[in-house]
Amino acid sequence: MQQIANWALNTAALRGATYADARIVAQRSRALTTKNGRVGSASDSESVGMSVRVLADGAWGFAASEDLSRAAVEATAAHAIEIARASARVKLRDVEMAPERSVTTEWSTPYKIDPFSISVEQNIDLLLNIDSELRAVEGVTLAETNLNFNREESWFVSSEGSDIHQTKYSTGAGYAAYAFAGNEIQKRSYPNSYGGQWQNKGYELIEELKLLENARRIAEETVALHSADQCPEGTFDIILDSSQLGLQIHESVGHPIELDRVLGMEANFAGTSFLTLDKLRHLRYGSDLVSVVADARQEHGPGLGTFGYDDEGVPAQCTNIITNGLFTGYLSSRETAHTIGENRSGGTLRAEGWNRLPMIRMTNISLLPGEKPLSLEDLVSSTDHGILMQTNRSWSIDDKRYNFQFGCEIGWEIKNGKRVRMVKNPSYSGITTEFWNSLDAICSLDEWTLWGTPNCGKGQPQQVMGTGHGASPSRFRKIKVGSAYKSN
Amino acid sequence: MLTQEKAGDIFDRIKKLSTADEVEVFLTGGKFSLTRFANNTIHQNVAEENHTLSVRTAFGGRTARASTNKFDDESLRRVVEASENLAKVQHPDPDLLPMPDRREADANAGAGATPSRHFAATAAITPELRADGVKRIVGVAGRQKLTAAGTYSSNEWVEAIFNSRGLNKWHEQTSAEISITMIADDSSGWQKANSPDATNLDPLELAETAAQKTLDSAHPKEIPAGKYTVILEPAAALDIVGFMFWDYSGTSILDQRSFLTGRIGEEIFGENVTIWDDVNHPLQTGSPFDGEGMTRQRVPLVEKGVVNRVVYARATAARMKQSEYRDNVGLIEATGHGFLLPNETGEMPMNIVFAAPQTPQTIEQMIATTERGVLVTRLWYIREVEPYDKICTGMTRDGTFLVENGCVKHGVRNFRFNESLIHMLSNVTAMSVPVRSCGEESIDMVVPAMKISEFNFTEVTRF
Repeated sequence: MQQIANWALNTAALRGATYADARIVAQRSRALTTKNGRVGSASDSESVGMSVRVLADGAWGFAASEDLSRAAVEATAAHAIEIARASARVKLRDVEMAPERSVTTEWSTPYKIDPFSISVEQNIDLLLNIDSELRAVEGVTLAETNLNFNREESWFVSSEGSDIHQTKYSTGAGYAAYAFAGNEIQKRSYPNSYGGQWQNKGYELIEELKLLENARRIAEETVALHSADQCPEGTFDIILDSSQLGLQIHESVGHPIELDRVLGMEANFAGTSFLTLDKLRHLRYGSDLVSVVADARQEHGPGLGTFGYDDEGVPAQCTNIITNGLFTGYLSSRETAHTIGENRSGGTLRAEGWNRLPMIRMTNISLLPGEKPLSLEDLVSSTDHGILMQTNRSWSIDDKRYNFQFGCEIGWEIKNGKRVRMVKNPSYSGITTEFWNSLDAICSLDEWTLWGTPNCGKGQPQQVMGTGHGASPSRFRKIKVGSAYKSN
Repeated sequence: MLTQEKAGDIFDRIKKLSTADEVEVFLTGGKFSLTRFANNTIHQNVAEENHTLSVRTAFGGRTARASTNKFDDESLRRVVEASENLAKVQHPDPDLLPMPDRREADANAGAGATPSRHFAATAAITPELRADGVKRIVGVAGRQKLTAAGTYSSNEWVEAIFNSRGLNKWHEQTSAEISITMIADDSSGWQKANSPDATNLDPLELAETAAQKTLDSAHPKEIPAGKYTVILEPAAALDIVGFMFWDYSGTSILDQRSFLTGRIGEEIFGENVTIWDDVNHPLQTGSPFDGEGMTRQRVPLVEKGVVNRVVYARATAARMKQSEYRDNVGLIEATGHGFLLPNETGEMPMNIVFAAPQTPQTIEQMIATTERGVLVTRLWYIREVEPYDKICTGMTRDGTFLVENGCVKHGVRNFRFNESLIHMLSNVTAMSVPVRSCGEESIDMVVPAMKISEFNFTEVTRF
């Protein structure tokens, strides 16, 4: 692979590149699903290719090819230079890159069991057993399950001398039960909606998730939702479970802190951000209890945003994003670091695959747990009147990341410290900073989970990336509930 | 680029390697280039060449798929082996049909022919030509003291499907697309267009329209949320209505997750709404065959507000004919809308065309007849809130205006909506001539601008 990369870098240098990097990536994935007692899909895929990113005439060029022959690699590098020179025809200033020490190293995801070593029969048996358990509950009209395994091996070589070989594994699993009755479709998912839980782990994740053990409860809740009252509309204290809070963090903290969005680079598609540069170290983002980090290091946990080095050779780091409520950091890259006065990238540039340009992506954006012992049941007990909401069902936020609305699969009304009834169709909405400033309690570490979001879309052409979000259940005061269903 | 001859050769090699009862090969790929600009600068500029080969094998009711982007002998051997190994351990699926032959695939094709969608001028676009287009767009921004962001892409690709029962189909296509956002201190405007033929695109006209929207919506005022008459430009209309087309599927009905369950044959929309799926429409794009190689039929989905039909993959049609719903779902037949097998979602109409209204109105005419309403350029981050009433939420974006007494008055702060698509399409009071349009949330369509009464805005954001 070193030789292939050198063909690209030599061609780029000969044609006038002032900087070049080459990435060769080999991806393998397996996806298994079932639906109502049958295998829905069973597929294996492999994709191998290389890309060259160059700076020439002060502007970027990027080209990628499936063909790893010397002629094709050199042609791809030459094309990247041609593209960079075309870019330079519409530029205001030359691209600047923060310095980064070159490194030769290897890194790989720690795992116990290679997920591809488990037989397909064993996996399908597990999924069909879950399916049977879900459909054993009368009223369940549709059951879906999924298992996903991914392996990505990459080689990053730069004209500055870096040579980084990484191997990453990720595993995901989940299921959902649906119940259609009357004029209503209700749904419950486990361990999370939209594909379940995902982490950078091997097959041991599947064993940890207790998938089969929870299936009957999830199915029963799905059917019970039809008999539940509609979630009341009004202003309530709300408690969010850790999976919903993970998505709340993703949408209302993770995206607005992306420095490329802040600088207008995503304005045409994903949008910009309310977090303009003047707000750094001045904005009171949340209450004193709110501390959020962007941590890509293995010691943070096996999140989908965990790695050794990002896709421009910068080591994984931890950046304090919100410190006791104060906004203190952005997600940055070598190109953008200087705009916030930093002389080094925060190490967040990642690409979906060999054929995509790396861009600023969330790593593991996590809300740190409360320091005092506090369980979810303690939190419920200390709530006079509120709604506990669990498992995301819908999500939407404006293109500057101010106004959001989330719907959840199930809610529980709390009165005088007790769950008094199940409610269906819970939803809440608000303005980002007002919401985070209303947080008054966070459960402690024993309730903290590092959730994986495998489907974060960004960029043009769009790239899908996995991100991590650690959270423990938290309470927010006086939140608008139910406007999603108002007047409909 | 992959040629038809080379694709046929790859299939022949795979057929020899396979021990399965049946084998199918799907090939797709090509050249994809995109120039991206922001802050009046080209900041990302990419090109890719890639082809993917996907092999489905079947052994007596068991099937599975494996894919690769490498076509050497060893890679072909491995991909066939991976597909067969996966297929052999499946539980037999009683609904799995033999692969279609050419006669079956074309049996219900109808008389229409797919127009050529490959244009040499589009395939020949270079990075320099895209940069020139961007330069003209940025020039408009400079003259108006605005900031431009957007994309200019050009693509050329092929799709091919072969199976061991003699079916082989080939489609080649080009596409160019320009998307522009113009930005001022407190306002923005947006335009986007695409076509297989790049000569249909005018970057200057798109830039000037986006710039004018930015200037006209400067200093937006906040007006309260509530129910308003709205005028949705075609891109806004398509992005929200697109959320219902997954439900026009036999599989969705069988799964009881479609909002059409129990509603087919009923008039659930206004009488002025007629929709069909038609891959051969001159303003549509895409290949004329589905994931099994079946020819895509023209399917009337909605006629005068009545949902008449949904689309079917072959196996879905067979299952529906045996189901309890068979007498209440209209005509049941394979329509050529299936996805690659095996899958759990079945099929979906991908080439939506709205019928022209009897008396079309221009957007200007809609504005002139509106006492008080909101003109919407674009919608954003749309998600389904409630699946059976089909309530969707989302935001307005990049050009939202108050209309009063027949005139556009000023820009307004953006709204959040929570609106039932059933309610919305029952309250369409005027439509324009349908045009080819594209957004960011749904598939491209041939869709009109729509004037809608009682559209439900529930909140206002801060800009």
